Amino acid sequence: MDGWDVAIVIVKVLVVFALLLAATILLVWIERKVVADMQNRIGPERAGPWGILQTLADGLKLLFKEQIRPNKVEVGMYLLAPVLTLLPAFLIFMVIPIGVPFTVTLGGVERVVSMQGTDLNVGLLYILAMSSLAVYAVVLAGWSSGSKYPLLGGVRATAQAISYEAAMGLALVPVVFYAGSLSISEIVAAQSGTWGGIVPRWNIVPLFLSFVIFFIAIIAETNRAPFDLVEAEQEIVGGFHTEYSGFRFACFFLAEYINMFNMSAIAATLFLGGWNGPTFGLTGFVSWLLPIIYFFIKTFVLIFIFMWVRATLPRFRYDQLMTLGWKRLIPAALLWLVLSAVVVGWRQFGAPWT
Amino acid sequence: MNLADYLPIAIMLLLVIVFAGASIGLGNLLGPRRPTPEKLAPYECGIVPELEPSQRFPVKFYLVAMLFVIFDIEIIFLFAWAVRFRELGWFGLAAVGIFTALVIETLGYVWKRGALDWNIPRRARYRLSHDVADEEAA
Amino acid sequence: MSDWFSEPANWVFLVLALVIAVSAVRVVTSTNVVHSALFLVLALGATAGLFLLLSAEFVAWVLVLVYIGAVIVLFLFGIMITRAPTGPNVEMDHRPRAPAAMAAFLMFIVTAGSGLTAFGDQEITRLGDGTSTELIGEQLLQRFVIPFEVVSFVLLAALIGGITLARRDASPAEEEATEEEVQA
Repeated sequence: MDGWDVAIVIVKVLVVFALLLAATILLVWIERKVVADMQNRIGPERAGPWGILQTLADGLKLLFKEQIRPNKVEVGMYLLAPVLTLLPAFLIFMVIPIGVPFTVTLGGVERVVSMQGTDLNVGLLYILAMSSLAVYAVVLAGWSSGSKYPLLGGVRATAQAISYEAAMGLALVPVVFYAGSLSISEIVAAQSGTWGGIVPRWNIVPLFLSFVIFFIAIIAETNRAPFDLVEAEQEIVGGFHTEYSGFRFACFFLAEYINMFNMSAIAATLFLGGWNGPTFGLTGFVSWLLPIIYFFIKTFVLIFIFMWVRATLPRFRYDQLMTLGWKRLIPAALLWLVLSAVVVGWRQFGAPWT
Repeated sequence: MNLADYLPIAIMLLLVIVFAGASIGLGNLLGPRRPTPEKLAPYECGIVPELEPSQRFPVKFYLVAMLFVIFDIEIIFLFAWAVRFRELGWFGLAAVGIFTALVIETLGYVWKRGALDWNIPRRARYRLSHDVADEEAA
Repeated sequence: MSDWFSEPANWVFLVLALVIAVSAVRVVTSTNVVHSALFLVLALGATAGLFLLLSAEFVAWVLVLVYIGAVIVLFLFGIMITRAPTGPNVEMDHRPRAPAAMAAFLMFIVTAGSGLTAFGDQEITRLGDGTSTELIGEQLLQRFVIPFEVVSFVLLAALIGGITLARRDASPAEEEATEEEVQA
């Protein structure tokens, strides 16, 4: 590992960082436009062409707002929580491959640069671990605010997150035994090709139920409607970030949208084949660019579903939320796991008595 | 594996800390600071806060967290088995099947003991006061 | 000695070990119980870093997922269901510090001593080819399959114990009493 390799790593990190920020700016605008359209409104249209700079304007405005620090807060944790919420949001995307590798010659050596922050061979475990860390920012923000509503929101959020994380993890087990690896790049590679030249070999085809469970779980994990009890305005004001203002509030907002992008990207990678897609026999630059385009198309389709769900469904009641998580999704995930394991086992090892 | 795999993650970690620290610091610098006693009080929709937010939470939250620990361990074991699915064959499948059956049994036990029922007392009260038939309980 | 310092991994080890030691001390000396839990998170996170240094990736991330992501959250809930103090709690500070320090030191001697006598300078060899996850999966379901199954019983027993302690089932008489109360 020489200086050039380190430089490549730094460039990769900067690219991921910029990508996530750009995605957030775009995502907030898309969401406002899409939801406005579904509700027969126009949505933002003043800042920039079609209002595309609205998010930037909002962010800048928040930068110039007073960052109130109420006198009941527990200072250390209160200041730490906004930073903690950004950490897993940015770190989780580091293992997602967004395209095929390319080669460059730097310092007289030919180097293969993968379109992935880093290819951990426990990538899937890393994703689960990082999303479980996201709980801390919420619970700390709620606890340190020294106010009723944030505390309620924080505890609600934690119970919700851990309930759906269990469902999420169980839904991913079939993906692992289909690919035989926890490495994200190998999971993507296992989904290349087609069945009979027509149906793509994506995990969503044999594991449709896993995908549905996983998708519901990630909506709950990102605290999006209809699972946004964490910040149910009518009951607990703003939830865990009630006492935050200015750019500290913006951090929570940013993390929420980055997480939505991350989770859609993860779902696209694990179930929709990631960057896989037809290359039409093209070579060179186009064959490198196409997978990246496929990856973003798939991700944005899932993001659109996120927004569609938000605009369509009313918020759950807390007992309904827990019932759905523990009495529906988890038993379904367990049974589906056993069923698919037996079917795959039967096909691979023959009948158990032979 | 080697530690170089974790270099990008370490760099990203630093970058995010610097970014968050810098932008919050900038916000402190650019934003006004005009505290008033009302502004600094905990926000409760305009009502003067009287009670400390130190009420206890229902024990159900704790039970959910306990159940989650068990499922987390289950997921870990299943991952370890799933990467060697082909090599372990029917033997592995049977071993994991027994393990999973016990976890399902655990879930069933918790379900039956009512630890997964939220809001039941209030629902029951609603049914009684509104004279609704008991069909929902089934 | 200069050899030891020229190896970058040793520097990482040194930093992680310091983080673990300092945060472990803060876990027991902090007067705020939530702070204690968070220092425990820091100590566990650094321990996961040590496992990464040992190329035990699977164990490292399991530590993060299960301990930081689940067990400490359980602790935090435990704190919240009893009370959620935002300030320091004087009762947290125990008088007998010297015996506690003594016990901790003896514990350190025992663990460090048994580690050294068991392994010493011996090189640890890998069990075979493959990633740490694959090796653990194989060992778990072949050599250690009986303990693996026993674990599921232990988990079930732990949960039954927890529920018995946390929830007192209402007897039929009590249930009737509640219903009467509701009707009244």
